[in-house]
Order: sequence, then C-alpha cells, then structure tokens
Amino acid sequence: MEKGKLQEYWQTNLKYLVGLLAIWFVVSYGLGIFLAEPLNAIRFPEWSGGGGFQLGFWFAQQGSIYVFVILIFVYVGLMNRLDKKYDVHED
Amino acid sequence: MDVQAWTYLIVGLTFALYIGIAIWSKAGSTKEFYVAGAGVPPLANGMATAADWMSAASFISMAGLISFMGYDGSIYLMGWTGGYVLLALLLAPYLRKFGKFTVPDFVGDRYYSNAARTVAVICAVFVSFTYVAGQMRGVGVVFSRFLEVPINIGILIGMGIVFFYAVLGGMKGITYTQVAQYCVLIFAYMVPAIFISMMIVGTPVPQQGFGSMLTDGGGYLLDKLNGLHQELGFAAYTDGSKPMIDVFFITFALMVGTAGLPHVIVRFFTVPKVRDARVSAGWALVFIALLYTTAPAVAAFARYNLINTVSNTQYVELPSWFKTWEGTGLIAWVDKNDDGAVQYVNGKAFAGKPVFTEGEGAEGQRLISNELTDNNNELYIDRDIMVLANPEIANLPAWVIALVAAGGLAAALSTAAGLLLVISTSVAHDLIKKQFNPDLNEKSEVLIARIAVACAVLIAGYFGINPPGFVAQVVAFAFGLAASSFFPVIIMGIFYKRMNKEGAIAGMLTGIGFTAAYIIYFKFINPAANTPDNWFLGISPEGIGTVGMLINFVVSFIVSKITPAPPEDIQELVDSLRYPKGAGEASTH
Repeated sequence: MEKGKLQEYWQTNLKYLVGLLAIWFVVSYGLGIFLAEPLNAIRFPEWSGGGGFQLGFWFAQQGSIYVFVILIFVYVGLMNRLDKKYDVHED
Repeated sequence: MDVQAWTYLIVGLTFALYIGIAIWSKAGSTKEFYVAGAGVPPLANGMATAADWMSAASFISMAGLISFMGYDGSIYLMGWTGGYVLLALLLAPYLRKFGKFTVPDFVGDRYYSNAARTVAVICAVFVSFTYVAGQMRGVGVVFSRFLEVPINIGILIGMGIVFFYAVLGGMKGITYTQVAQYCVLIFAYMVPAIFISMMIVGTPVPQQGFGSMLTDGGGYLLDKLNGLHQELGFAAYTDGSKPMIDVFFITFALMVGTAGLPHVIVRFFTVPKVRDARVSAGWALVFIALLYTTAPAVAAFARYNLINTVSNTQYVELPSWFKTWEGTGLIAWVDKNDDGAVQYVNGKAFAGKPVFTEGEGAEGQRLISNELTDNNNELYIDRDIMVLANPEIANLPAWVIALVAAGGLAAALSTAAGLLLVISTSVAHDLIKKQFNPDLNEKSEVLIARIAVACAVLIAGYFGINPPGFVAQVVAFAFGLAASSFFPVIIMGIFYKRMNKEGAIAGMLTGIGFTAAYIIYFKFINPAANTPDNWFLGISPEGIGTVGMLINFVVSFIVSKITPAPPEDIQELVDSLRYPKGAGEASTH
C-alpha cells in the first residue's frame, strides 16, 4: 500500500490512543486519587443499593477497574474498523 | 467429611487435572514450546494471562493488605489492573506483529545490538526469579496449614507438579493448565465471598454489597467501619493515610511495571493474529477484574468480622479459628493490662514478628518474648491470613475451606510456571541460540529449553525452602526494574522510529541504575532512613520506578538525538510493526 495512506492510518491510531489514555488517566489518577477527597462528599443514591459508597473511594476501588475494561474493548472495536477501512487487516 | 479430607480430595482432583492436560498438550517444536505454536484462541489466552498474572500474592495476600490499609489499598487495585490498558493499547498488538518469542528478542532485534539483548536477558531473569521464590513459598504455606505437612514437603510436591507440566508441555502445556487453574482459582475466590456477602449485607454480589446496609441494622457497612476505626484510633477506612503524591507514584510504577513484566508480555505472542492480541488483553482484564473488584469487598467484610469478633472479647471466649492460627504463629496476643480480653487498637503490639516461648499464659495463650511497645494494642495479626481464614471466621462449610486451599495453590502454581518458562526461554533462546550457538537445531534447542526449565524449578524450590530474608523487599525491585527498563525501551522502539541503540542502552542503564540505587540505599544500606522525610520528593522506594522510567525516556531521547539514526532496515521494521497485515508470516522464522 502507498506510504501516505499508511501514514494516515497510523495518525488515526495515535489519535485514538491519546483520547483513550486521557480517559484512563483522568478516571484513575484524577477521580480515584487527586479528586478523591472532594468526591467523597458525594454518595451513591440510596436506590442503587450501594448508598454506602463515597464516590472518590468507589472510583479508586471499583469504578476505575470497570472503565479500564471498557477502554480496551472500545479500542478493539475502533481498531478493527480502522484496519478494515485501510485494508491492513489480516486474512 | 472434615476439612482435611475435603482438602486432600479437592487438591488431589485439581492436580490430576493439571497432569492430564500436560500429557495431552506435549510440545514438539520450539514454536510450540516457547509460544504454544501461536495458536491459542484469544479467550483462552485471556484466561491463561489472568492466571499467569494473579499470583499467590493476589489470591492470598491482597485482600488482607487492603483490609488493613483501607483506601490506601487502592494502589494495588488500580496499579495491577491499569497496566492492561497500556498493554492492550501500546504494547501487545505491535509485539505480536513483531512475532518472535521473547522480550529480549525484540530488544535485541529492534536495537540491532547483542549488548542490549544481554541487558534485557539479565533483567528478565532477575525479575522472574524474584517473583518465583515468593510463589513457591505460597505453595508451602497453603500445604502446611491445610494438609498439615511440613512447609518443605509442600514445596517439594509443588515443584514436582510444575516440573512435570512445564518441562513436558512448555508454553503449550502451561497455557492450557493455566486455563484450568483460572477456573479453579476464581471459583475458590468467589464462593466464600458470595457466602459472606449474603451473611453480612444480604446481597449475593460482593461488589455492590460492601456499599450496602448491614443486615443487623447497623447502617452502611463502610460507615460502620469508619466509626469503628475512629473508636480504635485507626485512620478512617475510606480515607487512608499515605500522602497523595506517594499514592500516585506507587500506582503509576505498578501499572507501568505490570505492562513491562516479561511473563505477561510473552502471553501475547501466543495468539494467531494482531487483533487477537488486542482483544485477549481485554479478556485478560475482564477475568482479572472479576477477582480484583471482589477483593476490596472481601477486605471490608473481613475487617468488619475481625474487629467485631476480637475487639474487647475475652480470650477464652474467642472462636476456634483464632487458636488454630495462633498455633501457626500468624496471630499472637499479649495481655498487657491483665484483663483477659483482647484490646485491638492502632499501633504495633510489639516490635517485629512474634517470637514464641515455652509454656502458656494465664488464659492459655501462647507466650512471646518480644519487647512490648507502650501503646495499648495487644494483638498481632499477619495480613496474609485474612483470605485463608475468612471462611473459618464466617463459619462456612468444610468444602469451601478446602476449595480456598486449592485456589491458592492454583494461583501460585500458574504464576510460577509462567515465570519459569520466561527464565528458560531467556537462557535457551536469547543466550545460547542467539549469542553462543546460532547453528543450534530445533531439536537440541527444545532439549536445552527443557533442561533450563528443570534447573529453574530446582533453583526456585531451593529459594522457596530457604527463603532469602529480602524477598519482600525485592518485590519493589521487580516492578521498579520492569518499569524503568522494559517499558520505555519497548514503547520508544515502536512509537519513535528515530530511537537507536545508543539511546536505548543509555536509557536502560540510567533508568535501572537510578531505580536500583534508590531502592538499595533505602532497603539495604540505610533502612533506618527509609522515612518520608528522607525520600526524594516524598516518593517511597515502591514508587521510584516511575521516576526511573521518566529518566529512561529523557536520557534515551537526548542520546538518540546526538547519535546516528538507526539503519534503514530497522526503520522499515518499525514501519511494519505498525500495520497488522502479515502477522502470520512474521511468526514463522
């Protein structure tokens, strides 16, 4: 394939990476560590059955992990589409 | 049936299963031995990676640590999961496209240098041995507590099992055994967690349960814990006491270290395609998250149960598990005020680990000869027992207790096997084949790899039986080294085409040098100075790998700028890594 096309593919990949890693950083370090204290003033609503959770604590011990899982699958989806679009997918 | 009979039955059955799989999946070629023929389906690889990664420490120790650390325990929860995002996005797909067998392979080829390859081999072997000694010890502890055989016999049995399936099956045998081990360990972790969640908060989902109301009408569990902590002089459970900067640096070092650990990275060489490498990192994290989101719930339940059971209770009225674990030396009680009741408050009851003496105290407790501290705390509890003792504390049936023993063994054995394979490939492939004897044929290379695994098992067993006193200290080393050496070198190798061998070698040496010097100084040369006041910017030795990584990045960047660009064919190699097409061909070499 021509070089310019491949360059474009790589640039799009890098754009996805920057976006997803920004979320990765904000959720774990932002919400779970730096902002944990102010966020702890907020609680889950009572109807959720988890009304004992303070938000900062919850992000540090639960929420960040769920977001990590989602981020990987979002990246997998984006890249599978991109691979097809630029015809660099396998088989 | 009693606990011991159940344990023999369940552990025996799981071991028979592992051996059966080993015989079924015997490896023939180097490709099968090193990377399971690059034919592992992504879902199975995800499970195998999860078992590979979750060690005796994750299974046995982590919930206990969190139980005593509260919010601060988040460093392990985030640190040991967040690295998978980095793996899936920044490392796994490109390394799979590269399509060789090991991490030193990549470093050596990408930086066209045997010196760089050798540095990588040394790091890989060091990191893996550090880890594997701990696993063998874990096997011994489980055996001695639940089957009442001496720790050393337990280690020998564990060695025998690993020896059998790692030497015979190589990566192929290890992979499919790890799939089975994952199923055993996650079942063993979830069953008691669900039971206890039902008992304490009345919901079968522990992840939600530890934010729920107590069934005994005491309000929310976490509020109750905070209240109890305040009463007993501990920091609030949901607040923690580590400085924020240190929490940040430790979490980051653990994440980056995870992404740089060779036994984890190599798992992504075993799938057929680049897109399989991406998605199997996702599956791996799903399977890991199942345990890692349950662990903080188990921690909170265990904390509540512990305080409720022991605080201000008369020693003679304590349940039997207390005395069982006192018998193993992992719990100790000194009656400082002679009232016959256990006072459990903040502070250490005495200096160091308990040293027991002959005879019994007034209440029948074991006596210790340690120098007492002047606070009011009378209780010593080893954090490792929380997960193992939890089913007993909660009065669960005997088969659940036996299941936990089998789960702990599965966690320890699966990780040990993965590490031993890294050691043997590093020696057989990266050292002997690539550096000393390139003409080595396939058959002799597999034979050498098998001999190397066998030797590694023996050395690991030796360290398990005679644990060097520094095992706990060197764990910080393993992550620090992985973070400050492998991670930057691989990232730059993929994302920065201009990076050359001068930059990479200078970066690795300064990164490792700085990290190692910092850890050695505070852990070995001057442990007395290991306090926040003396730390660089308040960063503990556990978190210094993050700084080492930054130094590595900066130094390698500057050095590469002032030295010649890498050869044309290397730049083409980097280009080819960036596009998935053709990964199948690249793997046949």
